[in-house]
Amino acid sequence: MENIRATKTQEDQWMVQNHVFRIYDLVFRLPPHAQSVNFEIRRDNHIEYLTKSLKQLGPNFTVLDANRPWLCYWIIHSIALLGDCLDDKLENDVVDFLQRCQDLNGGYGGGPGQMPHLATTYAAVNTLITVGSQRSLSSIDRKKLYVFLLRMKDASGGFRMHGGGEVDVRACYTAISVASVLNILDDRLIQNVGDYIVSCQTYEGGIAGEPGSEAHGGYTFCGLAAMVLINEVNRLDLPGLINWVVFRQGVECGFQGRTNKLVDGCYSFWQGGVAAIIQRLHLLVNEQLGLPNTFKYDYRTESDNDSSDSDGEPYSDGAASPENDVCQPMQEGKSNAFAAVGVNDNGYKFIKGPISMAPLFNSMALQQYILLCSQEEAGFRDKPGKRRDHYHTCYVLSGLSISQHSNTKEADSPPLPRDIMGPYSNLLEPLHPLYNIVLDKYYEAHEFFARS
Amino acid sequence: MDRGVEEERERIPMSERPEWADIRPVPQDDGPNPVVPIAYTDEFSETMDYFRAVYLADERSPRALQLTKEAIFLNSGNYTVWQFRRLVLDSLNVDLHEELHFLDQITKDNSKNYQIWHHRRWVAEKLGTHIASKELEFTREIFSQDAKNYHAWSHRQWVLQALGGWENELAYCDELLEDDIFNNSAWNQRYFVVTRSPLLGGLEVMRDSEVAYTIKAILAKPENESPWRYLRGIYKNDVKSLVNDPRVASVCLDVLLDKRDCVHALSMVLDLLSHNYQPSNELKNAVDAVSPDPKPSDSNFAERVCSILQLVDPIRASYWRWRKSSIRAQD
Repeated sequence: MENIRATKTQEDQWMVQNHVFRIYDLVFRLPPHAQSVNFEIRRDNHIEYLTKSLKQLGPNFTVLDANRPWLCYWIIHSIALLGDCLDDKLENDVVDFLQRCQDLNGGYGGGPGQMPHLATTYAAVNTLITVGSQRSLSSIDRKKLYVFLLRMKDASGGFRMHGGGEVDVRACYTAISVASVLNILDDRLIQNVGDYIVSCQTYEGGIAGEPGSEAHGGYTFCGLAAMVLINEVNRLDLPGLINWVVFRQGVECGFQGRTNKLVDGCYSFWQGGVAAIIQRLHLLVNEQLGLPNTFKYDYRTESDNDSSDSDGEPYSDGAASPENDVCQPMQEGKSNAFAAVGVNDNGYKFIKGPISMAPLFNSMALQQYILLCSQEEAGFRDKPGKRRDHYHTCYVLSGLSISQHSNTKEADSPPLPRDIMGPYSNLLEPLHPLYNIVLDKYYEAHEFFARS
Repeated sequence: MDRGVEEERERIPMSERPEWADIRPVPQDDGPNPVVPIAYTDEFSETMDYFRAVYLADERSPRALQLTKEAIFLNSGNYTVWQFRRLVLDSLNVDLHEELHFLDQITKDNSKNYQIWHHRRWVAEKLGTHIASKELEFTREIFSQDAKNYHAWSHRQWVLQALGGWENELAYCDELLEDDIFNNSAWNQRYFVVTRSPLLGGLEVMRDSEVAYTIKAILAKPENESPWRYLRGIYKNDVKSLVNDPRVASVCLDVLLDKRDCVHALSMVLDLLSHNYQPSNELKNAVDAVSPDPKPSDSNFAERVCSILQLVDPIRASYWRWRKSSIRAQD
């Protein structure tokens, strides 16, 4: 064990770390004006890159031929986060195309004529909600989609990705997320899915794809978000999960996906999203820590460089947000009975509730990694030395939005300039962290599906 | 992509192959104004047009099997093709050892593809226990290229649980950790083996030797997060024993006295304290000695540890501040 030579993990880590530090060093040595340009989001370039891709992709995209609704989502969600939208014609084309991906027996496939698949169903539904028109929302056959979801339910309580496909936490999340946002979630879909997800939380504190596997950022997001949506999140070890996720942010300022792996811009959302969800679970976290319900962690009134004794002083305002059921500790043995009534509204109550905890990750550091290391002239990438793609563009922007809004007390209030790295014009649209849909679009859909 | 012999000879368009003469290809229904349209090569379009035809006709024939192979070579992420291939394999009753060989070939270049690994699990399950050692060997080959491949680790765990082959698994973890003590996937596998192997007697039996192993790893590289997490994992659901094991506080002390990379040691001390551990003066002094602030003002020792962590681990300053305020709220 007492090897002197560097291991593969160390070599890879040092290489990336040095690359990142070189970039920071270079930027911070620039004169102020030249420096500030580096912190600007190249909004127009990103939008042009995204819009072009929506209209035409080269032959090397053939490997994504079974992921075309994903491409739609990555692109259109990114454009929405950037505060822009498609023209009417293009919106109609998106609805028409996804209609061709919708299976006659419910659910969406990776392209026209392909089998329905949970991941592409999630991508298609989120895309249609982001497009947001009446025509778009009503194009989803929810009755058949529900039947498809039930068909994908596995005896373990988990879900299968597709007929004959694999069971994992991704499948659980995509099924639950879609059902929740479309107002078709019920006891039959929920049954035992919490057991499956709980069995995937590892000794490290994060959540794995399958029982026994390694804790991983993507699956931790999926598992945590699904547990909130079915109102069983108190069954997870939340202090352990928090400890694991805050340790995923490293000296490079971005997040890694697993312990001792390399930083990657996409985890800005997967891990940053976990941190954002945790901010609204303070009552459950308090309960698990044996703290009084009145305890709040809020240091936003303190000056930033003050680490004096008054820092982080718990205070009681007597309001433990009773309106926010979803954050209330669940009564033992009542989970499913309770679920039957209001489970579809968990996502709504969650976002409408107050944010009672300051962010536990370093939001400024994350924004720095995103702007200086992930951003290309157009599009975003995993890390310096890698090439941009739509997946990373989507999840880096989603993580940036989360960081920028991580210090607001309510979902709908704008952040302060000091919470935004770079000019205030960098501000992105806020998103719903359980679904990863731009907030305004989520509200419209919530209203639409509550009516119909 | 390794296409073997097929790549060497010129591809004959399917429309010119006599064995396909009876099939009317089915073009993709992309509509008049598709979004995210991909500029397919002619070969891809044609192959998929024929695939759609046999898929819709549910034709489970040898030529259909061959066609799915060609389609997979062109895009191994198409789960519909894979699913149909499983139906055909079932119907034709083919020797699945050959299928495994086919998977061996394409996995090397697509080792992060869900479909390939899912298919492999399906094949291995059908072949049964006699294939276990081959599967363990195959994942070992993958790990020689990428020791943290998530799919390969899932597959290996599935093989162990479904088909067996636990005999040398702990030794294999040793080997991987010997090679790279920072390999968290290997630590995770170690935990899997120690807690689930039917041959080792379970965590209770293994705990003592595992603590010793882990502490050795920590002392070799105190900055390595993996063994610290593993140490907590060994005492999962039994924090009392973690607090009462003198070796845990002792390894923290040793690392602190060394005055390098003390974040994980401080973090562990904090965990011990929050479970009513009574620190020795020696430990208290060692903690104070690593503080960049010569006069830590907190009278409560656990809060002082948090204050020091805020300074030595600034990226997580907010987290340590929260830990500190939680301690106060508990009092």
